[in-house]
Amino acid sequence: MVMYKILSKPQRVSLGSKRRAILWMIVIFIDGISRVAYATDLEPPSGRFIAASRQTELIKIVRQDCGSCHGMTLKGGLGPALLPNSLGAISFESLKAVILFGRPELAMPPWQQFMTEDEAAWIALNLKNGFPNEN
Amino acid sequence: MKTKAFFIFLMSAFLLQGCAQSNLRGTGDLGVVIERASGSIQIIDTSALSTIANVNGLGDLSHASVVYSRDARYAYIFGRDGGISKVDLLSASVVKRVMQAGNSIGGAISQNGKLIAAQNYSPGGVKVFSTESLELVSDIPATYGLDGSRSKVVGLVDAPGNHFVWSLFDANEIWVGNFTDPKSPTIEKFLNIGKKPYDGFITPNGRYYLAGLFGEDGMALLDLWHPKNGVHRVLDGYGQGQEKLPVYKMPHLRGWAVAGRYAYIPSIGHHEVLILDMDTWKEAGRISVSGQPVFVIARPDGRQVWVNFAFPNNNKIDVIDVQSRKVMKQLEPGKAVLHMEFTPRGEAVWVSARDDNRIVIYDTNTLKEQKVLPAQSPSGIFFTNRAARIGF
Repeated sequence: MVMYKILSKPQRVSLGSKRRAILWMIVIFIDGISRVAYATDLEPPSGRFIAASRQTELIKIVRQDCGSCHGMTLKGGLGPALLPNSLGAISFESLKAVILFGRPELAMPPWQQFMTEDEAAWIALNLKNGFPNEN
Repeated sequence: MKTKAFFIFLMSAFLLQGCAQSNLRGTGDLGVVIERASGSIQIIDTSALSTIANVNGLGDLSHASVVYSRDARYAYIFGRDGGISKVDLLSASVVKRVMQAGNSIGGAISQNGKLIAAQNYSPGGVKVFSTESLELVSDIPATYGLDGSRSKVVGLVDAPGNHFVWSLFDANEIWVGNFTDPKSPTIEKFLNIGKKPYDGFITPNGRYYLAGLFGEDGMALLDLWHPKNGVHRVLDGYGQGQEKLPVYKMPHLRGWAVAGRYAYIPSIGHHEVLILDMDTWKEAGRISVSGQPVFVIARPDGRQVWVNFAFPNNNKIDVIDVQSRKVMKQLEPGKAVLHMEFTPRGEAVWVSARDDNRIVIYDTNTLKEQKVLPAQSPSGIFFTNRAARIGF
């Protein structure tokens, strides 16, 4: 998380296009490292890769369509609750995998056809932290 | 001053009485539309094709269902949060409200109209209340196995003889409760009825209970006239040889599936409606449709069957012509079509399109839009003629 705090500073400064390109390469590089890192225990930066308009769509998918089984408030239905307390035991990576690939024996369908891996990661992270509401 | 105040009081009393008289009306053409995101309902008039009132403060209606008192004046609204609200359609007000569970899915009303039963996911079980006072009459936890686990309850229906029948999703059981003596009901349990019953329905004559299975291809059939004969499997292995698609929404079953001797059943994991012959209990055919069916509802005269679908095909409706067993028309009422309800004699059907915030009313003869009404995230639509139907 600290890495991102450092990086967010120079991004705000106006720079020449060459310097900006180099900076972005650094951002992408560190981003790659951090992704390897959060695969173990660190958490990914919330909302980092997802455009705001897409976030709105993802929130709708989770609240409305995941909500068909997990409840619109995510406190559970035929499917289990998806609230931070109830997800404590499940690692971020497994949560992401369940979203993408499903658990056919438990009626959970795969969502990889409807979202990217980054988007599933964004959902998994937000579920663990407390999922945002629709506007 | 005092006399003036008294005069005003008297005048307003007369005025109110006048209002009451001019508003005198029946409820046979009324209904309720659930607005799931805002915890409110619209009371609608199916003759005037209009909204006549709104009622707020009904809690979490993200999954809600409604049954009606036998005089069709009161709507009992079962919310996801375990709330039951008794709403007077005529005064558009909440008469009583109780919280009875942590996570609830719906309910049913008894044959004599004196009891309502709620089916709960958490804590798993059935609770029965007086329709008059909403006081708890009996509580039947859905415990199963040796360790006393509790199952989620699905497919609760009323049955003749003041019975309620329900299924245990986690335990693969069907329970039949006789509530003739509501404080000490007798419960008969049927075990190993099939894997993961997800919903159930009773045929319109009140004789057969069918539970749809998620865990395998088929349905569990119980003849309530002859419960001793036990549960039998029908439509066994209907998906054999076909790859099962992931299911993005569980279908909903109810007596609306039945048209004549056939029941039209959503196929789980397939883009098909199955036709079940209720004379032979064999599959009589299947109809290809635009997605995985959620609601498969026959027009009251049984000539058409309307079907809506799970995500991502949830902007469509297929209208099946029953005689030719083909989709005669595909409609697109809006984004996220959640429910359909036919008027009592079926000249119109009301359709909710959640993400377009509207209710679309279709003329079922021309299949044309008759009217569009605004609504906030509308989901279930429930007309008062349910008051007189077994299994509603």
